[in-house]
Amino acid sequence: MKSLANIWRNLPLKAKVGVGLLGFFILAAIIGPMVQPYDPSAQTPLTMSAPSAQHWFGTTQEGQDILSQVLTGIRLTLELAFAVGVIVTVVSVLVGVTSAFLGGIWDDVLSLITNVFLVLPPLPLLIVLLGYLSQQGQTPTIIVLSLLGWPWGARVIRAQTLAIRGRDFIDASRETGEKSWRIILFELIPNEISLIAASFVNTVLYAIGASVALAFVGLTNVNSWSLGTILFWAQTDSALQSAAWWWFVPAGLAVALIGTSLVLLNSGLDELGSPRLRATRGTAKVAGHRIWPTDPTPVLAVLQADRGRFGSFLYSFSRRSMLEGNAAGGDL
Amino acid sequence: MAPILEIDDLSVAYRSEGGDVHAVEHVTLTLNAGEVVGLCGESGSGKSTLAYGATRLLRPPALITGGSVRYRGRRITQGGDPADILTMNHRELARIRWREVAIVFQSAMNALNPVLRVQDQILDAITAHLKLSKHEAREKAATLLDLVGIPRDRLRAFPHELSGGMRQRVMIAMALASDPEVVIMDEPTTALDVVVQRDILAQIVELKETLGFAVLFITHDLSLLLELADRIAVMYAGRLLETGAASALMREPAHPYTRGLLNSFPSLHGPRRELVGIPGTPPDLRDTLPGCPFIPRCSFAIPACTEVDMSLAPPAATPGAEPDRTGPITTGSHLTACPIVTPEEASQEGVLS
Repeated sequence: MKSLANIWRNLPLKAKVGVGLLGFFILAAIIGPMVQPYDPSAQTPLTMSAPSAQHWFGTTQEGQDILSQVLTGIRLTLELAFAVGVIVTVVSVLVGVTSAFLGGIWDDVLSLITNVFLVLPPLPLLIVLLGYLSQQGQTPTIIVLSLLGWPWGARVIRAQTLAIRGRDFIDASRETGEKSWRIILFELIPNEISLIAASFVNTVLYAIGASVALAFVGLTNVNSWSLGTILFWAQTDSALQSAAWWWFVPAGLAVALIGTSLVLLNSGLDELGSPRLRATRGTAKVAGHRIWPTDPTPVLAVLQADRGRFGSFLYSFSRRSMLEGNAAGGDL
Repeated sequence: MAPILEIDDLSVAYRSEGGDVHAVEHVTLTLNAGEVVGLCGESGSGKSTLAYGATRLLRPPALITGGSVRYRGRRITQGGDPADILTMNHRELARIRWREVAIVFQSAMNALNPVLRVQDQILDAITAHLKLSKHEAREKAATLLDLVGIPRDRLRAFPHELSGGMRQRVMIAMALASDPEVVIMDEPTTALDVVVQRDILAQIVELKETLGFAVLFITHDLSLLLELADRIAVMYAGRLLETGAASALMREPAHPYTRGLLNSFPSLHGPRRELVGIPGTPPDLRDTLPGCPFIPRCSFAIPACTEVDMSLAPPAATPGAEPDRTGPITTGSHLTACPIVTPEEASQEGVLS
């Protein structure tokens, strides 16, 4: 628990915001279907009504409750996205690490397969495949998105594995008699964990974007309620033309916010994984001045003299000014 | 000899979550024109931090917490007031760096870009600081290689095509590219074998004689400094423990730590004797204890040591006597931070065992 608290404290602000936002949507996905006020498909006589106490997000043309639809939609969309994320990450780590670590013919074959999948044109293939596959549940979408998503990560992870495999500590652990699987699991993978995490987050982002886009053009099961199908029905029933903003804004906003949270999380993870960024972030502020890593060594006296009249007046009240006054020096 | 770089009461700390790490504390060191000053101490004693802090090359979390650094190069001051390095901004520092104060970095292996030819790297240094035509710059690069004893045709070589010693020479040539007044050498010979080491040191001395720059030579090898340096400063745990002419330091080391260092390598001449190391490890620089940082490892330590203020003074003549602070102190005087032990005591054979 203590180490978890430590990790949280060390997270950059943007990652914290990202985690908070994503956590909110995951929570909504978990408890949403339990607390939703109506059956999202149930039709009521109250059609096309604006948000009210009865229907917080308003209703559709068929009188379905939009809040219930969005809550179900968040769950389905996140389920799909995380499923694709897990599958793609596992496959790309397997392929990337294997091909780089084994080398030789394995590398040639796996790289060839990766490259073939890389040049498949994704959008036409998605449309064609989804048109043929049966439209039951989300499994076809998950399969197709995973099939097209893994080569990118595999390439990056292969390159990184090649770079790490050449380092001395891998040779050293082989010299000490470690087995290959142990080297891969305990020496290699931990060094790539930030890359893998970033690739996972990116894939989730890609899956959300792609699935919403596919649903929006009606290529998935339009009778289930995902964020994309809500938008599909809003479009089909010309919500925009009848100025029914409550129909598409909640779902669109949910997609945008989930996307934002993933991007924030990603760049935060990047910072966490790069020690140099991390080391300078904690100390970037000295005596109230922001110091950039490219600046010359800061001089405390100069920084303090540079504060300006108003700034030094405020500073004289701060806890840090008292710490700097004592001979033992202050902590941050 | 006129002072060219004056480091006065400089303190550098690294900020960390566990509190400041006081890597350099109240160090005063003067470099005179045309002089070789050796800075020695064990790993982590703050010698590199001192040199890079004084030239403001350290990145945050490093922070200069006190003191001043003044530079008196002719081209910058033009006979007027010395330039204060600690108040300079980016642009002013860029003018000083390399042109005035050049640095030979620790490992030539990493300081040279492996994918660029030697020529391009030297030309980079030249064109960044001097206004020369392409042809002149190339000619200058060739002369520089001549200077450090590498054949001109090696200009088109890549770093991996040179030996370790040659790479180190290329680094020295680059440092000399714009005729600097001060050259800081950070353990330039550490990774080399003794024969190449001697070659390079001889070359440095020769170049210094002809070009007239001052050298701040950082190393952990005191024996090397005894041969090379005019003056030596001994650092320990961020403090300057002793400074003085190399000969004086060798003849009668005033600080027990210096004595310990001198005892830990054999001399080529004189009778065989048992080598004595210094037991223990350096202290944690985060929470500095009052008094001398060497107390835990010092066989002379007495309770009064915790009240020593670590300022440099001429060595005490008799045990426990107040140091004579009235006499004139010049940059060349032999000074020690230890008022407890007299040089005679420290020189006794085997006292540190």
